[in-house]
Amino acid sequence: MSARLEYVLRLADTSLVLGQRLGEWIGHAPALEEDLGLANLSLDLIGQARLLLTYAGEIEGRGRNEDDLAMSRDQSDYRNLALAEQPNGDFGHTIVRQVLIDAFQLELYEGLQRSTDARLAEIAHKALKETRYHFRYSAGWLIRLGDGTEESHRRVQGSLDSLWRFTRELFAEDDVDREMASAGVAPQLADLELRWSAHIDEVLKEATLQRPADVPYVWHGKRGQHTEHLGYLLAEMQFLHRAYPGASW
Amino acid sequence: MYTQGLDSPGREALHASSPDTAALEARFQARVDADEKIEPKDWMPEGYRQTLIRQISQHAHSEVVGMLPEGNWITRAPTLRRKAVLIAKVQDEGGHGMYLYSAAETLGISRDQMMAQLLSGAAKYSSIFNYPTPTWADVGAIGWLVDGAAIMNQIPICRCSYGPYARAMVRICREESFHQRQGFEIMMTLARGTPEQRRMAQDALNRWWWPALMMFGPSDAESRHTAQSMRWKIKRFTNDELRQQFVDITVPQARFLGLEIPDPHLRWDEASQHYVFGPIDWAEFQQVLKGNGPCNRERLEARRRAYEQGRWVREAALAHAEKQRQRAAQAA
Repeated sequence: MSARLEYVLRLADTSLVLGQRLGEWIGHAPALEEDLGLANLSLDLIGQARLLLTYAGEIEGRGRNEDDLAMSRDQSDYRNLALAEQPNGDFGHTIVRQVLIDAFQLELYEGLQRSTDARLAEIAHKALKETRYHFRYSAGWLIRLGDGTEESHRRVQGSLDSLWRFTRELFAEDDVDREMASAGVAPQLADLELRWSAHIDEVLKEATLQRPADVPYVWHGKRGQHTEHLGYLLAEMQFLHRAYPGASW
Repeated sequence: MYTQGLDSPGREALHASSPDTAALEARFQARVDADEKIEPKDWMPEGYRQTLIRQISQHAHSEVVGMLPEGNWITRAPTLRRKAVLIAKVQDEGGHGMYLYSAAETLGISRDQMMAQLLSGAAKYSSIFNYPTPTWADVGAIGWLVDGAAIMNQIPICRCSYGPYARAMVRICREESFHQRQGFEIMMTLARGTPEQRRMAQDALNRWWWPALMMFGPSDAESRHTAQSMRWKIKRFTNDELRQQFVDITVPQARFLGLEIPDPHLRWDEASQHYVFGPIDWAEFQQVLKGNGPCNRERLEARRRAYEQGRWVREAALAHAEKQRQRAAQAA
């Protein structure tokens, strides 16, 4: 697989898997406004995934479209960040996961707007506008929950402590990242990390939350090494496609 | 999406009219007769207000509970395009719930009160959402039949005498007709697909046809509110008129799909230029209305669970807003 294909799949799968997770909330959120808000995020992320998967299919050159890629690959061929596949938990847990990824995607798409890959630059331009809104939404909620009641503070601090171990992967550079950065396709992860960290510190401060210490173990979802949760997510998402092979929907 | 079927008993008080209120009522009825819109600050009979609160809140609840059966399929939609369209649709329903709660609030009831009535089981919502969605074809059938029936009920409400309700309905109808077309398109794809897909489509039609006809509410002879609601121009057509219109429009669509309507008595009547259909099982309708339908418990439990599990979130939002207010006051 070419580095460019790998890279585009990482972007696509992170958006798809996160969009799928958020879709689980719709109809079950704490208030009608949040059903609508989470649906917006989910729709945007699935929209990004569709553009990116279509592009990935073109790079691959085997005639696979967005649905072939979404519905036929098994978990080890998925390239999303392990953070994106973590289960929703309670609303606060979902918000913590969202803030951590939104701040990352914000800087990532900002950098990708200047990509030497015109197609990625174009997708990033659209996705950046959406991601700014996502980050406002998720950071706004994290601040309310962190600086809300004792219970809400305790809950989101617990979620932050539990999910923090997946954040190392966001910046764990490998050959694909290096090749894409040196070709000017992707931004340097080290630069992103500084800016991500600044966003997160700012939000955590306002939310009166403690930033957890980094842990040594690094997940590599973007290389296909996933937590146990992704298999279930895919089993649900891909069920019709697998139960009725060859049917059009 | 909404339905009538909501003609369940309300509590409107029938006040003995004093001479003053008799004059007000006469003036009110004259305005309604002249097709003027009644606005929130206008005088209105208590029965009119209560009827509207009941109907609009039931309509709002139906939108919100209606998110659940289709929401079942968001995570399992067969393509990414279908998934996106379905999310947008369920989101629209939530939005309809919001405008309708706002329209009802203009009549002097709060959204919290309405929510409490839904969760306690005191308020009704459309019975159609107490049927299950075991297959993907159900998403198509709901769009085609349930949204189709809802549109038939709702288009006349765009001309309802109560301004806020009429205006909310204009926007809702526009979105519902889009949903109906999407549902029909899902059915068409299935009907032209593999034998398993055709079977799935026919099975969904078999299960949704009769409940869809029941969405128009009891027959005119049994309907308790029709005459008064028509005088007040809350309602413009009777349940049976709307039901007949739905059958007349939908039967040719089923034929176009190559699907069979599950009614052995169904036939075209040349003399009346209408389809004649078989008897509706009103005992089933009453049972579902009483809470004994296939999914009444699941639907209400899902709403209660979301409400209970979201309590700490809503409390935190209020606590945070209060802290912000205090900080602003201290800074000033």
